[in-house]
Amino acid sequence: MSDGRGIILRTNARFMVPFILLWGLYVLTHGTSGPGGGFQAGVVLAAGIILYAVVFGLEESKRIFPIKVMLIIASIGVSIYAWVGIFSIIFGGKFLEYGKIPISHYPAESSKLGIEMVEIGIGLTVMAIMLSIFYDFVHRGD
Amino acid sequence: MILAVDILLLGVAILLAVKAIHTKDLVESTVLFAGYSFVLAVIWFELNSVDVSFTEAAVGAGVSTILLVAVIALSLRYEEEEERSMVRNYLAAIACITFFIVLALGVQDLPIIGDPNAPHHQHVVPRYIENTYEETGVVNIVTAILANYRGYDTLGEVTVIFTAGISVILLLRRVWQ
Repeated sequence: MSDGRGIILRTNARFMVPFILLWGLYVLTHGTSGPGGGFQAGVVLAAGIILYAVVFGLEESKRIFPIKVMLIIASIGVSIYAWVGIFSIIFGGKFLEYGKIPISHYPAESSKLGIEMVEIGIGLTVMAIMLSIFYDFVHRGD
Repeated sequence: MILAVDILLLGVAILLAVKAIHTKDLVESTVLFAGYSFVLAVIWFELNSVDVSFTEAAVGAGVSTILLVAVIALSLRYEEEEERSMVRNYLAAIACITFFIVLALGVQDLPIIGDPNAPHHQHVVPRYIENTYEETGVVNIVTAILANYRGYDTLGEVTVIFTAGISVILLLRRVWQ
């Protein structure tokens, strides 16, 4: 998509991409105490990586975030969500009843940790699928 | 003052939407839609729905714009001119005016923004506001509803996104491999 043109674009992107990714991680881990959550964080992370791909070239981006790894990450994200639900069945609750998972003394605290786990799963899936779709759309036949 | 800001934002949104439909350059149209989404995000923010605003800004103005531009790169950039008959134009105008009248009649029955006696603030909202922190330990009630009270639905949504990604891989990657 880019052949190294535009020093302003490259300099700005080099400066912005780390902050966009950091912001995405912040949103991912603070979904329980502020606005945002897994969906938004996944999209922000994907947007940061896509900016990198647009400015520095698709090959460079595919070297760091390979297309096959994205599918694995997406599957891991959905499985994290489902397994949190199954774990709460194992510990005597209903499906996705996070309060029953014994990772804390208080049900509310367990519930908060469960929600954070689930948000991370959502974020991973959304990020990986957005990137995968982007890679597939911009790919030109070799 | 707030009313003036609202009217200004809605006016900008309508202008951007009209221009986006009018233009024949699809890339220009996509960028105008990104601006439209961002104005909508500001409107959501002004209505105190921060999570919706965030989603609109990230998904509507951000990633969907990139994906649309990528799709345009795969196909044609300019829309083809087509001949339109006057009958079709009149039918479209009548449909739009009817729809506008129906919506305008419906808006009259809506409660005032922030009215505590509005029906949707009487049903389950008080229960969520009172019990969310004790039951889930989460400050952000929107997150608590999405991930805990409506956990099944969110799992379904994630599965939908996953399935969409798999479908794109099946449709496109097989073509270019």
